[in-house]
Amino acid sequence: MNPKNETEQLHLQYIKRLNKGHKQIRFYQLLIFLAFFSIWELASRKNWIDPLLFSSPSKIWELLQTKLTDGSLAANLGITLTETVLGFILGTLLGTCLAALLWWSPLLSKILDPYLVVLNAMPKIALGPILIVALGPNLTSIVAMGAIISIIITTIVVFTSFREVDHNYLKVLQTFGATRFQCFKEAVLPASFPTIISTLKVNVGLSWVGVIVGEFLASSKGLGYMIIYGFQVFDFTLVLLSLLIIAVFATLMYQAVELLEKKLIKNG
Amino acid sequence: MGFLTLNDIHHTYFTKTSATPALRNINIDIKEGEFVSFLGPSGCGKTTLLSIIAGLIQPARGCAMLDGKNTGKTDSGIGYMLQQDYLFPWKTIEENILIGPKINGTLNHAIKTETLALLDKMELRNVLTSYPKQLSGGMRQRVALVRTLATNPKLLLLDEPFSALDYQTKLKLENLVSSTFKTFNKTAILVTHDIGEAIAMSNRVLLFSQRPGKIHKIFDVPENLRLLSPFEARHHPAYNELFQVIWKELESLEPEE
Repeated sequence: MNPKNETEQLHLQYIKRLNKGHKQIRFYQLLIFLAFFSIWELASRKNWIDPLLFSSPSKIWELLQTKLTDGSLAANLGITLTETVLGFILGTLLGTCLAALLWWSPLLSKILDPYLVVLNAMPKIALGPILIVALGPNLTSIVAMGAIISIIITTIVVFTSFREVDHNYLKVLQTFGATRFQCFKEAVLPASFPTIISTLKVNVGLSWVGVIVGEFLASSKGLGYMIIYGFQVFDFTLVLLSLLIIAVFATLMYQAVELLEKKLIKNG
Repeated sequence: MGFLTLNDIHHTYFTKTSATPALRNINIDIKEGEFVSFLGPSGCGKTTLLSIIAGLIQPARGCAMLDGKNTGKTDSGIGYMLQQDYLFPWKTIEENILIGPKINGTLNHAIKTETLALLDKMELRNVLTSYPKQLSGGMRQRVALVRTLATNPKLLLLDEPFSALDYQTKLKLENLVSSTFKTFNKTAILVTHDIGEAIAMSNRVLLFSQRPGKIHKIFDVPENLRLLSPFEARHHPAYNELFQVIWKELESLEPEE
């Protein structure tokens, strides 16, 4: 066998091993998934757990089908999803803009520092009632909840990343006579993309919290409303159905952010 | 009056508890096309002086004039190379080398062609769409050199640009930088703590003493060494002679600490 062929053989073996490992991981992931739902179903039918409280996958599935056919699920999901995506984008965008403003003016950042700490420490959810009264019990106030919950933490994390950009990158640009805006655009912002992306990932979760709590408080539509309604009429199948749907869509949003990460960070 | 004139420069660093004099009484005249090295122990204010010349910091007293103009103004025609390449990792090599003209708004087709030709001259081919981390340390520093030259600066400031490289790459790059600067008749200042590098590359070596940094002594590199490439110069008898002289002078500075 000539050496080139041998290398190719070894490479093929390597790929085979890699695929095998991959398949193994997928297998166990699927196993956990199936085991979870089967045991849940079984435990519910055998009354090992209270079927009223914990419902069962089959009942949730049936409810899903009814809700899909009467169109109420799509409507509720659409509303919540819109609110969450808007809140998420708004929170991240405003947070990043605020961070940019603080970077722009070191004086402002020093002045605002204690206020940021206070605002960050305060539970934003507690602002819910005020927001709802101020903006009305509608989409606006719930989007505001989704945004407000992530805005301050985004500002703090992104601003820290802006400040920690290696000063020598700025030095390079300054020797070319770069303005502060050019420094920001060419070095500070792109250097901070990895941090901004990881903030996005955190914000996906936060926005869902904000929006669901907002719907608890005010709404007559949406998944948060479905949960509260299910709780009030003691229909925990409805609660669990909403919860599962939230889990699925939160994951999808997270995946979308990862896709964006791949596009944005080309040199990674 | 020279091409670059440093006129009575003083600088002090302040903290809450102390005022540290960094530079005292710096007077230098550098002619066009000259290659000058700043040699000295670390902490003698060499990099501070370079930043002052580049107009990045304002000296407490005195001024730096390039071609009759204060270097503090933007568009001063100064190129700065740092200890590491500091190529932007998120930009391709092409974007990296064209960042200078892009920033100062002179980017056009002619400059682009010229810069790409320079890259070719540095024996960097087929790297335009690569990212910096795909290149070796020596290649990256050559790209950084092209980036610095892209704006066609009148004066080049080199802040230990070879210190992060392995010995062989460093020797090769010294030759490349030296021949490139000679071809384009560039004026350059090299900051280094490597005596050999200073002798091999420059026309004049300025020895700094520390705390506060001031010019301790000036050594003229003999004419016959200047004409050689840095690599050849290192093997010339005159090189060793000067090396010994500077070495002794550096040693005599140490007890002052």
